[in-house]
Amino acid sequence: MALVEIRDVRKSYGGVVPVLNGVDLDVEEHQVVCLIGPSGCGKSTLLRCINGLETIDSGEIRLHGDRVSGPGVDVDALRRDVGIVFQSFNLFPHMSVVDNVTAAPIKVLGQGRGEAKERAMELLARIRLDHKATEFPDRLSGGQQQRVAIVRALAMDPIVLLLDEITSALDPELVSEVLDIVRDLRDEGMTMVLATHEMGFAREVSSKVCFLYGGVVHEEGPPEQIFSDPKDERTRAFLQRIIEAGRL
Amino acid sequence: MDEPAATAAPEPTPPPRIRAPRAIRKWTPAPPKSAKGVALGAIAAVVALIGLGLFSVSAVREGLASVGFEDASTDIALYGLVALLLALFVPALKGLSGASKADRLVAVDLAEARAETAAAREISRVAIGYAAAAAIVFLFGLFLVANEVAVGKTFFDLALIVETFHLVGSAFWVNVEIFMVAEALVLVWGLLIAVARLAPGKAGAPVRLIATAYVDLFRGLPAIIAIYLVGFGLPLTDLPILRDMTPTMFAILALTLTYGAYVSEVYRSGIESVHWSQTAAARSLGFSHMQTLRFVVVPQAVRRIIPPLLNDFISLQKDTALVSVIGTVDAFNQAKIIASNHFNLSSVTTVAVLFVLITIPQARLVDKLIERDQKRMRAGG
Ligand SMILES: Nc1ncnc2c1ncn2[C@@H]1O[C@H](COP(=O)(O)OP(=O)(O)O)[C@@H](O)[C@H]1O
Ligand SMILES: [Mg+2]
Repeated sequence: MALVEIRDVRKSYGGVVPVLNGVDLDVEEHQVVCLIGPSGCGKSTLLRCINGLETIDSGEIRLHGDRVSGPGVDVDALRRDVGIVFQSFNLFPHMSVVDNVTAAPIKVLGQGRGEAKERAMELLARIRLDHKATEFPDRLSGGQQQRVAIVRALAMDPIVLLLDEITSALDPELVSEVLDIVRDLRDEGMTMVLATHEMGFAREVSSKVCFLYGGVVHEEGPPEQIFSDPKDERTRAFLQRIIEAGRL
Repeated sequence: MDEPAATAAPEPTPPPRIRAPRAIRKWTPAPPKSAKGVALGAIAAVVALIGLGLFSVSAVREGLASVGFEDASTDIALYGLVALLLALFVPALKGLSGASKADRLVAVDLAEARAETAAAREISRVAIGYAAAAAIVFLFGLFLVANEVAVGKTFFDLALIVETFHLVGSAFWVNVEIFMVAEALVLVWGLLIAVARLAPGKAGAPVRLIATAYVDLFRGLPAIIAIYLVGFGLPLTDLPILRDMTPTMFAILALTLTYGAYVSEVYRSGIESVHWSQTAAARSLGFSHMQTLRFVVVPQAVRRIIPPLLNDFISLQKDTALVSVIGTVDAFNQAKIIASNHFNLSSVTTVAVLFVLITIPQARLVDKLIERDQKRMRAGG
């Protein structure tokens, strides 16, 4: 039984073409799954469906075999255990860095203030931002903000972490400091699903790459196979464009 | 076009050009427009002002004499004021000399001439601006003393103002009490309504409906009618709690209901101005709808709503004067009583001044806060 099982998920925003049109995907424990595909193919939508930020029209999403989509699901409980990090960081601007990290553990998990803070400082030290703990987000660089956002999600001790193009809003020289954290998390065995345009990174870090196109997973496989020997015509064309743009 | 080969001379073809070079138009420097006109205007304005000043001072002295007030030191002060205005000749003349200097400079150094012209124009405009402001003051003085100081006596009878100040002043505390309590209640009540209007989902629909109906009703209802209905209507019902309420309490209730509707809209627009991605971030961490509002959205909204909130509070403070319609003896009601006893409105002037005085600092505070927020916005935070 996979950690996350996605079965025939369909989702439409009311347009003519549904955004997700029968997605099937398994994420095993400790796997790092990369979603690639052209802009607008539904990567973000799929991630948002997994932690209940969007509802799905039909199909099923299961977590360790338990259905977590559809009516009657406690989405707050689901989101406690499924973390997501956004492209645009979305730190809370009115809270200091450490308060950003401790807010949910305290208010949602009911942890004690001291305990939550201790854990937050531990996590911040790991990303070498403990000296910024009392700063406000607008005093941090984009890369630092994104690292804090990852730590904020980690503070909830998630079962699986979803990362939605977490480096797309960053200046090129700040990308690596964020990707380093993802590498560390993979080494620790964190299960992750990431939507990314960093093909080199996807190739290096992932256990499985899924090419999303036309609302379905068009091709999936180990990174070596997808990147060196794509079977599908569309995958090949997409990767060709990426290579031409100098991103691989 | 049919036979280009026939007309073309057998010259070697020039190398292909991607784009023909474009002719560059030359920049022609323009001389500055002379500032002489505005400088002469400034001198004329100051001369006219001095004339108006002398005329007004003699009119004021005549007016004061007609009410038996003649005093050498007042005369000195009045003429001193006019003499002070002679100082406006300094910028006016400076402007004129600057303007003619600039005109001479045009032939020598255009950049210098431009700078000189700009300076001359600026200083002439300063002189005109002050002259206009002083003229308005003089005209107001003339209005006060016209018809044997009729206006002055009706509105600004100093003796009466001093004599009745303690009455009006202590009645003003009733206004202060009403708006302080009403403001505190409005802060809470408005937030409740705003949250109700944002109640999520199907289950929230009836709550949203009721809240919307309430807001529509009280935003449309003139405050004076709300006060009248509440203040005269509710006591007639003879219901247990309502029976024992004082007119002041009814006034507070009516103003809270009216301004709660306005303020709920202020809250709501503030809440909706917080970007949805903040809600997404909070919800993704497991915060519930109410927790998201409480810990993430409302704290960010509050900064932005303080200026419009203060504006509504200023209106509320002014509207406390409306409670006189239900017989509450507030400052305005007290002043009206005094006014009808003395056939003179000076006590009402006292109330007017009191209201203006408490409003000014708040208005400045609002300006400051808006300025601060705009600075922050430009700084991109
Ligand atoms: N809230 C929304 N309302 C309507 N359409 C949306 C919304 N969110 C996304 N879409 C549409 O769904 C499609 C997929 O979007 P998205 O999942 O963000 O793609 P990706 O992340 O792969 O670039 C796009 O065509 C987008 O316009
Ligand atoms: Mg996206």
